[in-house]
This record gives sequence, structure tokens and C-alpha cells, in this order.
Amino acid sequence: MGRSHGSGLGRLRAVLYRVLLLAVCGWAVAWAASGIRVDADRIARGLPAIGRILKLMFPLQVGPESAPWLAVAAAGAAGVTALEAARRRRWPVLGTVLLGVVVLYAVADREWLGPAVLATGQSLAIALMGTTVGALLALPLGFWAARNMVVYGVVAALARQLLNAVRTFPEIILAVFFVAAYGPGPLAGVMAVGLHSIGMLAKLYADVIENIDRGPIEALTAAGASPLETVWFAVIPQVLPEFIASALYRFEINMRSATTLGLVGAGGVGVILLQALSFRRWPVVGTALLVIVLTVTAIDSASAWLRRRII
Amino acid sequence: MKAESRLAPPATRRGAGLRFLLVLMAVAAVYGASAAATEFHPVVVVRDADVFVQLLGEMWPDNRERWVFLLTDFLPRLKVPFIQTLQIAILGTLAGAVLAVPFVVLASNNLTRNPVVYAAAKALMNLLRTVPELLYASIFVAAVGFGPFPGVLALTVFSMAIVAKLTSESVEAVDPGPLEALEAAGATRAQVIAYAVVPQVLPLFVSYVLYVFEINVRVSTVLGLVGAGGIGQQLQLMLSLFQYENAFIIILATFVLVAAIDYASARVRARLV
Repeated sequence: MGRSHGSGLGRLRAVLYRVLLLAVCGWAVAWAASGIRVDADRIARGLPAIGRILKLMFPLQVGPESAPWLAVAAAGAAGVTALEAARRRRWPVLGTVLLGVVVLYAVADREWLGPAVLATGQSLAIALMGTTVGALLALPLGFWAARNMVVYGVVAALARQLLNAVRTFPEIILAVFFVAAYGPGPLAGVMAVGLHSIGMLAKLYADVIENIDRGPIEALTAAGASPLETVWFAVIPQVLPEFIASALYRFEINMRSATTLGLVGAGGVGVILLQALSFRRWPVVGTALLVIVLTVTAIDSASAWLRRRII
Repeated sequence: MKAESRLAPPATRRGAGLRFLLVLMAVAAVYGASAAATEFHPVVVVRDADVFVQLLGEMWPDNRERWVFLLTDFLPRLKVPFIQTLQIAILGTLAGAVLAVPFVVLASNNLTRNPVVYAAAKALMNLLRTVPELLYASIFVAAVGFGPFPGVLALTVFSMAIVAKLTSESVEAVDPGPLEALEAAGATRAQVIAYAVVPQVLPLFVSYVLYVFEINVRVSTVLGLVGAGGIGQQLQLMLSLFQYENAFIIILATFVLVAAIDYASARVRARLV
């Protein structure tokens, strides 16, 4: 702020910077458009196809006899949502659940609803197991990578490089490798999610540990506590809430990716999606998507609620 | 009073103990069910881990000739798919950012007074955000065919939802003073947006777009695994041909690209906000 106010030269520099940024962006977009060749023809043919497929994915499977009942149920659910929203509740939980049930009843593929729910449950289990394993194994690595917890800074730097190397691999690539090692199935998904979570969480843990208040540590050390006692009584109480909050946040992210791991054979709802997509069974795709949307929404709100209670 | 205080602690302690036990049992049940559902067994995990380690070991080119070949012959051939990856990310981000603008207006409670329209726009953005990009990509691949086009579409939908959500939250947090002043002076809604909202929100909007661009670069490197173009397609090919050394070079180059873009984008964002 102060810099740009000071002199005309500073202001000129700021303007030049913006112009340069805009020029770079404009050039990048033109370059990208020329490379992908998104011509109007492709869009004109592609978008209607997606519209048609959306209709195929979510067919209204309600006969004339059940339509009035469904209308009443939908109105009731909408009413509950509106009531909850009017009371300034942060999330209209009950209304959302009711609306979800109504929507599922109206458009879900009855035959595939059960399998889709089970497979999404498997994705949830993959995310839960993977996040837990990752969060636990990340603990020692987090301490190792924190500069204020090791005697030599080089050791911490080494651990950070190791974590960087782990994070280089996207989850889905790790899943490909674990499928090769453990065979197709949810176990490969757990391992991919777990290994990736170690890389992510240990780094966050180390950042948290590096920012702690040194007072309690010095007090305990002065009182003659052993290193282990110092960590247990002076470090853990300070960092635990943030550790749990980051693990919960990671769980939300992992739930999303656990739904995609099946695309490479690592279990979960992605397996159903892959099969349904390759046979163009759009109603099944739509049903699986609905179940995913409802599950992820529910988990996001539950996890956000827990995180707000912890911190 | 005295008797009460003597009796109270054991009773509460017993209650707390029971609650603790119940929570413990519930947690154990959840994890037991999860382990069963995922076929997770520590013995199997440790026993078969050597195959994974062996695969990782096979990624490392073990002699000098391989290194020379990979770096001077194979790496240059990746230029075109890497360029395509970047182009997918740029177009997806741009299209998402442009499409987000109307939804920002609809999903901000100080610009859209109609509660039904507002709630519907917010809900739509939240719904679109729950589906991961790779699922969008695989659906669009099945819908419009292989190649970078479905990749761009997938990134567009996801970027639109994130940018609209973040920006609408910033719009709702703007200083209401200029808005009210303009409205009192009889300005139209378009004028209110142009003179009271845009100047306050534009830097944030640009920084959100850059943030989404960083995410999109990461995602666009794996879109190819589901047939949506970019470097991921080469990676998929090398993995299916068991050419793990080549796959390793691709992953390494991807890491360098992502790190460079993160660095540049973070620097620009730091100047913006």
C-alpha cells in the first residue's frame, strides 16, 4: 500500500505489472485455444449430447399412481428445509436428508440403488481406513520433519524432502501401482489413500509443531523431564486439536478421491461407474452419482461440524 | 450436602466410564466393518508390500545409458502432451471463471434478494463441487469421446463451482456502505455491481481463479488415465506396457511442472491480495 502511494514511479510500476499480467494471460488463453482447437462445431455437437445424457441419467421413474404421493413428499421436504433455513440453522440437515430421499425415490435406478449404496460404503471404508493409517504413520514423520524437534536441521530437511517425494505421486497413480502389487480391489485403494495421506499430513503436522509455544517445553526441560516426557506433556497437548482437524479435513478430501480410485480398479463406487460407463448404462451412472453427491455432502457437513467443535 | 459430594464423584465416574466404553465399542465396530469392507489385513499388507517396493525400484533407471536415453530421447518427446496438459488447464480455468460470474451474482445474498433463487444457486454450486474432477472427466469421455475436449469440460464444471462459491462468499462479506449509497442514489443493479462490488472483489476473484488454476494443473496431469487427454495418457500407456522407468521420468517432469506453476502462481497471488 505505502509503496504505491509514495511515488509516481511506484504507481507506474503497479500499472505496468497489471498490463503485463493481462497480456500474459491473454496470450496464454489464445495459445491454449489454438492447441486444443475447441471449435464451435465441437461445442455445438458436444453440449447437446451432454444434455441428452443428463436426461438418460436421471429418468423420472414415477408412475401416475405414485406421482401425487411424491409431490406431497417433495413439498413436505422442501417445507422442512425452508423452515430450518428460516430458523437460521447453518445446515438444514433434516430437510436435506428428506429431499435426498425424495430425489432418490423419484429418479434412482431401483435395481442398482442397493449396489451403488454398498459400493459408496466401500469408498467410505477406503477413505476411513486410509486416512486413519496415514494419520497415525504421519505422526513420527511429522516430528522428524519439524525443525524444532530434531537436533540437526539437516535431518528435518531430509525428512521434508522425503515427504515431498511421496507427495509427487498423485493418489490415482499410487493406486495403479498398488493394484499391480496387491491385485485389483479395495485394499489397493486403502494403501494409495494411506500413503498419499502420510505425505500430506506429516507436512502439515511438522508445520504445526514448528509453530508451537516454546514456554512449556523449556519449563519441563528445566524441571528435569526426559525428552519423551517433554513431548508428551508439552508438545502433544498443544498440537493434538490441529492434528485431528487436519486429519478430518484430509478425510473429506480422501472420501472424494476414494470414489475415483475404482476407475483404475482400486475398489469403491468407481468400479460401478467404470462398468456402467463402458456399457453406456446412463441410469446406473446417474444413480451412482446421486449416491456419491449425498454421501459426500453428509460427510462434509459432519466433518466440518466436528472440526469446529475441536478447534 | 456432604454426603452428596462424597457420593457424586464415583457415580459420574462410572457414567463417564460407561460412555467411554460405548464410544470405544462403536469406534471398534466402525473400524472392524471398514477393515472387512476393504479386505484390509495387516499381515497381507506387510507380506505383499515387497511387490510394491519392487515396482518402485523398477522405476529407477539403473545404468547410465538408460538415463541418457530417457533424458535426451524420451523426455523431448513428452513436449507435446505436456503442452496439451497445460492448455487443458488454462482453458478449463478460463471457461470456469467466465461461467462462474452469473452464479456469483445469483449465489450472493446481498445481490440476489429472492431467497429461492439464492438458495437454488448456492445448492447447485455445492452439489457440483461434491463430484471429483476425474468422475466428471470419465463421464464426459463417455459422452463426447476421447481427447482433451472432455478434459476441458470436466475442469470447467469443477472450476466454475469452486470459483463461484469462494467469490460469492467474498461478495457477501463486502463493505455494505457503497452498495447502500448507490442504491439510495437510485443506481440500477448493474451499476451497483459495477461500482460497489467489482472494485472490492476483483483482486480476490483473480486470486481464486489462480488458486483453481493450480488445482487444475495438478488434475490435468492425471486426466489422461480416464482418456481425457494430456500427459496422463502417456503415463497410462507406459504403465500398461510395464515401462516403469519411462513412467518415472513422466512423474518427475510432472512434479517439476506443477512445482514451477505453484511457485509462479503463489507469487502473483501474494502481490494481488
